[in-house]
Amino acid sequence: MKAKIIITPKKAVVDPQGITVRKALEHMGYTGVTGVHIGKYIEIDLAPGTDQAAAQKAINDAAHKLLSNPVIEDYKVEIE
Amino acid sequence: MNFAVLQFPASNCDQDAVHALKHLGHSARLVWHKDAALGDVDAVIVPGGFSYGDYLRCGAIARFSPVMQAVKQFADNGGLVLGICNGFQVLTEAHLLPGALVRNRDLQFHCEYIHLKTVTPDSPFTSQIPAGKILRVPIAHGEGCYFADEETLAKLKANNQILWQYCDASGNLTDAANPNGALQNIAGICNEKRNVAGLMPHPERACEPLLGSDDGKWIFESIFAALKNKTVAAAA
Repeated sequence: MKAKIIITPKKAVVDPQGITVRKALEHMGYTGVTGVHIGKYIEIDLAPGTDQAAAQKAINDAAHKLLSNPVIEDYKVEIE
Repeated sequence: MNFAVLQFPASNCDQDAVHALKHLGHSARLVWHKDAALGDVDAVIVPGGFSYGDYLRCGAIARFSPVMQAVKQFADNGGLVLGICNGFQVLTEAHLLPGALVRNRDLQFHCEYIHLKTVTPDSPFTSQIPAGKILRVPIAHGEGCYFADEETLAKLKANNQILWQYCDASGNLTDAANPNGALQNIAGICNEKRNVAGLMPHPERACEPLLGSDDGKWIFESIFAALKNKTVAAAA
């Protein structure tokens, strides 16, 4: 079992990496790119047979407290 | 006065802070991150560096170290806490200060002298800075761009919590004088109770003319004065 956490910068936070990569894509000729947002992907291995609902709750809690900073980042948790 | 200077794995300005405090005539000792108690101290310095390798986010892991629980309690009881550079990042992650520090807007690590305008003398960290004095102190960071949402920023202004802003040598708050893209040139703030402050620049590296500037001492002199007043008030 795995928990997958995707962390992205909040829209209000300037993301200089995203802007730089967008410009590079434009420079390379990729058209139609209106925005690039660079975040983090975290994969957490869970013991087999872990209760899915309990894991969802615990990982959400961990994502809020440690894995992301809610002042500047949004996160999404998937358990599979 | 007795200062505790925290020491996390990969703190690298801890010794500088101890040296500066001793140079200015006070005593300071290092407190290891695994210590759950600060001991008998008058104020705490959270120093610069790359605590826990800056893994995940700057300051994110340091926040959960045993010593930070003691610092939180110390701050809740009104103790003076100053976070410098990585220490500022740790204090925002610990929710002892509002907002966050994000990547410099040009993605580069800046290691240079900057100028600081003190916004208010009304804090234990700014009271002794001569009126109108522009401080010349160094910065050394890659993630020092201060960010806060609109509501937080409005609150910071309403409560006079912005302590220092980046400016040019004449004190003008220009975009060119802003080394990292910080919102409204913010270099340092304090909490609502005014007993916890953080700043990205390094005053501890600028306490002796030999090092290029001794402007940083005014921030420490302010802390000494605040602690002295507290002692006098307690004895009265």
